[in-house]
Amino acid sequence: MARKTTNQKAWFLVIPVVLLVAFNAIIPLMTVVNYSFQETFGDNVFFWEGVKWYEQVLRSSRFHDSLLRQIIFTSIILVIEIPLGVAIALAMPKKGIWVSVCLVLMALPLLIPWNVVGAMWNIYALPELGLLGRIINGMGFDYNFTQGPLAAWFTTIMMDVWHWTSLVVLLAYAALSSIPDAYYQAAKIDGATPWAVFRYIQLPKMKRVLTIAILLRFMDSFMIYTEPFVLTGGGPGNTTTFLSIDLVKIALGQFDLGPAAAMSLIYFLIVLLTSWIFYTLMMNNEEK
Amino acid sequence: MARISLRNIRHSYVEEPSGEEDWALKSMSVDWADGTACALLGPSGCGKTTLLNIISGLLMPTEGEVLFDDRDVTSIPPDARNIAQVFQFPVVYDTMSVYDNLAFPLRNRGVDKKTIDRRVREIANMLDLEAMLFTRAAGLTADGKQKISLGRGLVRADVNAILFDEPLTVIDPHLKWMLRSKLKELHQQFGATMIYVTHDQTEALTFAEQVIVMHEGAVVQIGTPIELFERPHHTFVGHFIGSPGMNLLPCELDGEHAEFAGHSIRTEHPVRLKTTPDTLQIGVRPEFVKFAESGIEVDVTKVTDIGRHAIVETRSGDNIIRLLLPEGQSAPAGRAHLQFDPKHTQVYADGWIVE
Repeated sequence: MARKTTNQKAWFLVIPVVLLVAFNAIIPLMTVVNYSFQETFGDNVFFWEGVKWYEQVLRSSRFHDSLLRQIIFTSIILVIEIPLGVAIALAMPKKGIWVSVCLVLMALPLLIPWNVVGAMWNIYALPELGLLGRIINGMGFDYNFTQGPLAAWFTTIMMDVWHWTSLVVLLAYAALSSIPDAYYQAAKIDGATPWAVFRYIQLPKMKRVLTIAILLRFMDSFMIYTEPFVLTGGGPGNTTTFLSIDLVKIALGQFDLGPAAAMSLIYFLIVLLTSWIFYTLMMNNEEK
Repeated sequence: MARISLRNIRHSYVEEPSGEEDWALKSMSVDWADGTACALLGPSGCGKTTLLNIISGLLMPTEGEVLFDDRDVTSIPPDARNIAQVFQFPVVYDTMSVYDNLAFPLRNRGVDKKTIDRRVREIANMLDLEAMLFTRAAGLTADGKQKISLGRGLVRADVNAILFDEPLTVIDPHLKWMLRSKLKELHQQFGATMIYVTHDQTEALTFAEQVIVMHEGAVVQIGTPIELFERPHHTFVGHFIGSPGMNLLPCELDGEHAEFAGHSIRTEHPVRLKTTPDTLQIGVRPEFVKFAESGIEVDVTKVTDIGRHAIVETRSGDNIIRLLLPEGQSAPAGRAHLQFDPKHTQVYADGWIVE
């Protein structure tokens, strides 16, 4: 056996990273943990409350409602954006000048700041002034996203689909263009139908990036705040109040630091757990 | 199974070909009798894969016709031509098991389950894939995957031809030899028409009974391995096939005899030219050059021992003449004389053999 040399000085090299992570993640997170177990009435005076805030949040129907809204919203946009993104990627040209034109067009929505997206869609969907609003009303529907909950949901989902489908398209397109021609040629010779080509060649080759795309879209949409805040402000009523919007209302609107901190941590754990379970399932499946 | 014929095939990847260099494949007509094992041999970029894809239907030729048993199939897609093709890089359907991979071409054609099962097991047995029939194809080694590609080609009993596009490129050397003999075995067993593209002369010469040598998009010579070796029709075939390649020496004409370095060289046929060529060369393979008491004066410059024989490099003026020396003989040092075997000495005018 060769003797391993040990040199504890290497630990010094890790210190900058430890400090950086401590300052930008661990310390802020621990502050939140700290708040979630205590009550304060200002003046930096804190009282220990145990898990009271957690119980309160988990039992509150307000939290249940926004969580349910959040889950519905995320499910809907995933169900729309992933298949739509794959479909667009499949339809995009494989070579020629149109490739770059399409790629630039696709990338555009991703470059727009989130609050601008909210403002754009707000104006675009105004029932009297906006192009979209007037078209829908012109078709005979009674559409006003500031008053009708259904219209508000429809507009918010449309906005998210417009903003983020491109991400799925770009990822799927990258995966598709890495498939060698020989696969398609072999499939032609084997007499495969277009569906079989998709099912047995394209989909398996896209699996990894689609896993990433679903994860990214899940996390981002689960934490969505800016766009619906600018578009609907969580209304009408509470119908588009998603978790983040609700959280901000509790933390900054009502200044209930304890419940807000407990809610943040529950929220964080939900995102973390779901992502981990999903990723592990997908990757385990791969090894079999 | 079928006879395959190409009639005046020409192909260009350019929209509107104008010059000669725009044609990836220059006009050619070739026939393959039913059941031949044929190799398309040539350096990279000579158009052999293009030709193969035209036969399989992956590519539509710019001009000309492809016939299977006198039936024009030029505009028929690959799946309807009923051919099999094995590619340079193994293609397997990753998510399927080895069994499903082999069954895929049959399932797509609506073959019944019992027949599929019988065929798949037969082919797996032939390719030694039985033990891994139900493992996922993605986990296999390169040669295992290439066997699957090959198996998918063989699984249909009625294919018109099996086409190979440099199928052994990614295979380890010792497995290459195994797979190659497997192919030969399969050919003898099935008698299917097989067309094998390669740039490796050993592969081509051991696999095929008929070899087509291609160069810059044109067919240079079609023949048996022995014909290619003994009577190359073009200097390209002479130096591309054989190791080392043919010696090519500039010569002059004295009546009907070639003359090199002041010596009259006896050749297979007397040289009768119809026109005056730009270049005139004597071609003789190293196997047919011998040291002698008299003949062309040369200086021995290098001897390389390669086992069974030695390659001796000699120099006459500016020209290098190589010869093979059988094991046990030693090359003379310094000045020596060479003789060419007249039966295997040809004259080439502008690259083409003079007959």
